[in-house]
Amino acid sequence: MTPFTFARAENAPQALQLAGLHGRFLGGGTNLVDLMRENVEQPASLVDVSGLSREIAETPEGGLRIGAAARNTAVAEHALVRARYPMLARAILAGASAQIRNMATVGGNLLQRTRCAYFYDVEGSRCNRRAPGSGCDALEGFNRYHAVLGGSPQCVATHPSDMCVALAALDAELLIEGPLGARRVALTSFHCLPVERPEVENGLAAGELITAVELPALPLAAHSTYRKVRDRSSYAFALVSVAAALSVEEGRVADVRLALGGVGTVPWRARKAEAALIGSAASAANFRAAAEVELEGAQVLRDNGFKIELAARTVTMVLEQLAGSEA
Amino acid sequence: MPVTVNGNPIDLPADPRVSLLDLLREHAGLTGTKKGCNQGACGACTVLLDGDRVLSCLTLAVQVEGRAVTTIEGLADGDTLHPLQAAFVEHDGFQCGYCTPGQICSAIGMLGELARGVPSAVTDDLAAPAIALTHDELRERMSGNLCRCGAHNGIVDAINDYYLEAAE
Repeated sequence: MTPFTFARAENAPQALQLAGLHGRFLGGGTNLVDLMRENVEQPASLVDVSGLSREIAETPEGGLRIGAAARNTAVAEHALVRARYPMLARAILAGASAQIRNMATVGGNLLQRTRCAYFYDVEGSRCNRRAPGSGCDALEGFNRYHAVLGGSPQCVATHPSDMCVALAALDAELLIEGPLGARRVALTSFHCLPVERPEVENGLAAGELITAVELPALPLAAHSTYRKVRDRSSYAFALVSVAAALSVEEGRVADVRLALGGVGTVPWRARKAEAALIGSAASAANFRAAAEVELEGAQVLRDNGFKIELAARTVTMVLEQLAGSEA
Repeated sequence: MPVTVNGNPIDLPADPRVSLLDLLREHAGLTGTKKGCNQGACGACTVLLDGDRVLSCLTLAVQVEGRAVTTIEGLADGDTLHPLQAAFVEHDGFQCGYCTPGQICSAIGMLGELARGVPSAVTDDLAAPAIALTHDELRERMSGNLCRCGAHNGIVDAINDYYLEAAE
């Protein structure tokens, strides 16, 4: 680990001032400290923002605002999250281990970096995300875990977060403060596809800090879930995951939210599948067909072709479950 | 402000690169907490931070200034083992013992979460006000602690026994 300076911020304005344009914000440290130890990241200055707002409170519009320093566990156990946005509670509980969920902040989870082995292998591998322009060893390498959606010749690394998949489905917005003021951005336009500059992973400008996540009022989300498929039954990253909310009226899909994890270079909101589903009969065949529409442009590498069928089956199963359990 | 470890103040390191794990082991001489993978995958370094289980390998010591850490050394009452420690002995909850301090600290934190009503990935009803520690719940909630000797059956039995006794 290279040397760095450390400072603790008590509030957002102080955090911005301490970080300037080059400081890195530190939440729970579960990802960044590891990356620093592996020399993937070498920040010269860390500003600890884990003491900033962790409040979880209703908004005047009936949604929920979650302070970026809220720990993952605190979000998953919150009564309103469990009742109104069960897919979010389940997504968080499907991720990492209990110890890590106790440490990790919501802001840090949004900024998690890929666990692609070539990204981590500083000494031995080429990686455009870590060292721009060096190449991508995953394209011709071991790529069983890699993305089938949203990849490019530059990078095919999957986005690792479970929480973000649920946030994508829920139309969450991020509240951001920076040297030029405050703004908000939709989660679904926050993470960047690795088109020309895979090292640019999100829309944060230099010095900007995520201060909160806001969930809109979404009655549909009370009937939602998250299903994660992985190599072992706990404590592993997703091969495929599905966040879904579904409302069926008179046998037809009245409304639906669908997002996929483990298959995309970013948390993947399945808008094509949603459009195919709206108004159609709530049947397994239609659920499967909608999944196939979303996966139509998927790009398969040597080892990850199984993800297409796995994703189609998981989407179908989750939607069937939601359709079958609807009151 | 120092960090309080098992009730005793420990000065923070001058170098912010020092992890909480290294502070405990190398600076405070508390070698009960173990360094397994040092990257958050094995749980051997689990300690309680203000009562919550965390990984000391991924925590910078400077991050816990002014807070209270409990390690395996802080559980026994003199020569009298903590009842969960005694249950591990009773059920052969270890072979080499390297993961044991992390397993025990993790289990104590886990039971606190359960008592608070925190659901897990295998909890069917997210609205349930109370969750029973079934075999599946116990295994899921302890999945962040690996045992390469394969003593998991004894570990599960020890935790379950302690849970049942504490519930009485």
